[in-house]
Amino acid sequence: MRTIEQYLPDHPFFEGLDAPTLALVAGCATNVSLAAGEYLCREGDPADRFFVVRRGRVAIEVHGPAAGTLVIDTADEGDVVGWSWLVPPYRSTFDARAAEATGVVAFDGACLRGKCEEDSRLGYQLMQRVTQVMNGRLVAAQVRLLDLYGDTGTTDAAPR
Amino acid sequence: MVPRPFRLVGRRQDTADTFTVLLEPNDGVPLAFAPGQFSMLSAFGVGEVPISVSGDAYVAGPLQHTVRDVGAVTHALARASVGDVLGVRGPYGTSWDVTDGHGGDVVLVAGGIGLAPLRPAVLEVLSHREDFGRVVLLYGARSPEELLFADELKQWEEQGIDVLVTVDYGRESWSGRVGLVTKLIPRAGFDPRSTLALICGPEVMMRYTALALVGRGVRSNHIRVSLERNMRCGVGLCGHCQYRELFVCVDGAVLPYAQVTGLLGLREV
Repeated sequence: MRTIEQYLPDHPFFEGLDAPTLALVAGCATNVSLAAGEYLCREGDPADRFFVVRRGRVAIEVHGPAAGTLVIDTADEGDVVGWSWLVPPYRSTFDARAAEATGVVAFDGACLRGKCEEDSRLGYQLMQRVTQVMNGRLVAAQVRLLDLYGDTGTTDAAPR
Repeated sequence: MVPRPFRLVGRRQDTADTFTVLLEPNDGVPLAFAPGQFSMLSAFGVGEVPISVSGDAYVAGPLQHTVRDVGAVTHALARASVGDVLGVRGPYGTSWDVTDGHGGDVVLVAGGIGLAPLRPAVLEVLSHREDFGRVVLLYGARSPEELLFADELKQWEEQGIDVLVTVDYGRESWSGRVGLVTKLIPRAGFDPRSTLALICGPEVMMRYTALALVGRGVRSNHIRVSLERNMRCGVGLCGHCQYRELFVCVDGAVLPYAQVTGLLGLREV
């Protein structure tokens, strides 16, 4: 398996970052292995880390008294999990659970946040990337609100 | 325009609200169709509905239609028992024509019950698997319980098709993917320059999927969509399915995305 330093430059999230910045980011990262069912974070926890999935699958979950636990999204190889580390009050919004044996790169968000405070250029670059992730998830969530595959709009007159 | 009598010889409950009927012609003359075409199915005394053929176009056997029970006619079809006689007109409309994908990759994208009209295309590709490069089926459904042809999906994988499935919501026990079907596109690993893409599902889903495929470099004239419109006569006379200059029952239901790109986003059409 490639080291974190070797892995990051090829990842779309980090694409375009210069070598010193990549080295700085890699310095805040560690490889973590999780067994199926282990949690990366729980709702309400301090959001001091974010993750890039290297293998396996992470389930993003929400829990309600009537609905029980519902998986509302999954992250597979290459996907980024977590943006709360960059957004006050720095608390995780959902549970994130390894749906199978999973390997992630875990980034020390609290450490990176500090570096972003000191270096606004780094802060802008990371914020731009996190915003892209957030935008993708927001659009997907909005489209899913349409309940595309449900009964709405389907009648006897349509050929399905 | 007169429905032919077909006897119901089998029935399979696919999901809670979706079922497949197997029909044999009373006169013994099979109904030849091309993948992507539809028939007008009638429950006598109740009405007629357009339903895509979901069986294999090139293997002899009962005519198959997969139907979602959503209205008066489909509910009557759902209540039909083996031995009952139903009416069939058709087949009507255009086909997927997967032969255009020979020598290249094929990406089939289905949403919900949209897998049923795509199934004949999948079966055609499988029967000529060596004529195609990479073949990928991307399938999105509302929940794991609403996945159509779940057993067949595994068989198709064994026969050389990569099948990627995602659902809108899953329980804790669901270990598969959750999210929009478009999320699967970057993982499909096809060569966009040589890809024929076939999309079938709700119109909004097809619009976003086609945009995502074009964004990855698939040519819009190599993308086909199956439009869902109010078919009544099936032969372009009544105008119920008119979609600006198109009569979907004869010009479609399968149409090149390039031909409808501007129409899909238009309101009040």
